[in-house]
Amino acid sequence: MNAEREPVVELSHVTVRYRDVVALEDVSLTIAAGDFLAVLGPNGSGKTTLIKVALGLVEPAEGTVRLFGRAPQDLGKDWSRIGYVPQVSLIDPRFPIRVLDVVLMGRYAQVGLVRRMSRKDRDAARLALERVGIANLAGRQIGRLSGGQRQRVLVARALASEPEALILDEPTTGVDVGTTESLFELLGGFHREGLTVVVVSHDVGVVARHVTQVACLNRSLIVHGRPGEVLQPEVLDCMYGGAAALVGHGELPHMVVHRHPGERR
Amino acid sequence: MLDVLGYTFMQRALLASVLIGTVTAVIGVYVVLRGMAFIGAGVAHASFGGVALGFLLGVNPTLAAVFFCLATVWAIAWTSRRAEVREDTAIGVFFAATMALGVLFIGLMGQYNVDLFGYLFGSVLSVTRQDLWLSGVLGVVVLTIVGLFFKELLFITFDPEAAQVSGIPVRRLYMLLLTVMALTIVLSLKVVGIILVSAMLVIPAASAYQLTEDFRTMMVLAVAIGNVSAVGGLLLSYRLDTASGATMVLSATAFFFASTLLSPRRREAGPSPRGVAK
Repeated sequence: MNAEREPVVELSHVTVRYRDVVALEDVSLTIAAGDFLAVLGPNGSGKTTLIKVALGLVEPAEGTVRLFGRAPQDLGKDWSRIGYVPQVSLIDPRFPIRVLDVVLMGRYAQVGLVRRMSRKDRDAARLALERVGIANLAGRQIGRLSGGQRQRVLVARALASEPEALILDEPTTGVDVGTTESLFELLGGFHREGLTVVVVSHDVGVVARHVTQVACLNRSLIVHGRPGEVLQPEVLDCMYGGAAALVGHGELPHMVVHRHPGERR
Repeated sequence: MLDVLGYTFMQRALLASVLIGTVTAVIGVYVVLRGMAFIGAGVAHASFGGVALGFLLGVNPTLAAVFFCLATVWAIAWTSRRAEVREDTAIGVFFAATMALGVLFIGLMGQYNVDLFGYLFGSVLSVTRQDLWLSGVLGVVVLTIVGLFFKELLFITFDPEAAQVSGIPVRRLYMLLLTVMALTIVLSLKVVGIILVSAMLVIPAASAYQLTEDFRTMMVLAVAIGNVSAVGGLLLSYRLDTASGATMVLSATAFFFASTLLSPRRREAGPSPRGVAK
């Protein structure tokens, strides 16, 4: 939608191996500025690996990765253009830290090594908390929040660096449907303001109604396009091994999962 | 009791205790929150090799331990990364190997050394002016580094992955943290002893962890508990004629149990702190 802006992420023939196990195979994917993309796939399909390789957290065995046109290790100051929201379960809820201090971390890299936080940074952190609707929780210890609230703290931290793109790893895991729904409404709002939003999820149903682009992954990229065009029974079949069925409802198809292979709920 | 402060050795021991109580508690906060207790114990035991090497070569054993411990901690980090073994496995290897080297060095000396015994179990009487200076310099270096990189060290302790994606040099900062941890161990060696020094890295910070939900408060409390344990332990050891290091560690342990019993965390958070799933 914004043709003159450079793509946020460009993966070209990327293969990732963990020792002998192939986690991603020959994936080429461009995430354009302004996209609201969901990366969908069953557990073990390499979704999280896709995000990690795109962010330079994992080295590709083959292929190239570009973030804003550059290799991740050369991004330098431009890391602040990306807001990364890790899986909330990776955060230790017992860590002695308060919400505002977590959000302030989003400013650290911009402030620079050794330098102290300024009033401007605190204002940015508070604003980020307001944008995700939990400004009232600024003084809480992070363990004293619900899963959905903790998720929003991490989103606020990502927003605090005033990024151009938000990348969320499995934000729908461990939270209920209502929480997921309101999170996606929030993300939809950021998208309309011009942010590029990338969400990794195994949860096709809720996600598909909100996003503009879908990439279906099962080690290799099966398909990438608009949700209505892409989420066809054959595609879901390929991803979920015939365990899923589509239910027509509204504009976009919803999926009913009879059996989630290899998944514990 | 206060008349003991008239003795030079006691003044030195007190200064050393304040230094140790402060620096171990500050670094201990990271050790506890990042789960580095085992690497702390590993490096502490590695210092045995360094001290023995110092005696063998006839150089200041504490100074020898500085280089030996730094080499060990870097080797552990390098091995766990390059050899694709888990970090605790690498620690296990170096823990044993460095102690074995220490035993070998002692054997080469061909004589039983009383001073070495003091290093193993800690000895207040043996703190010389030179030791105090060396510890003081190391302490200033450690606290300065923590002060300079305070926010970054917090970030990599809390969420290393997000720290890296925000552009913070996580790997280098972790190496820096390991380095200052090794220095902290060495500066505490002579008073607390090789065997017990890692306890001072863990216990004051673990006690403080029970009492607060704020990072800075945890650090302040840890320093307070560390100082009271170290200084109190020292005076108590003089009074009771017990080993100083052991008395310090047991004083800190008493704080740990008291703070665990009083913990507001436990009272309010209930039995399942990891309430992620639902």
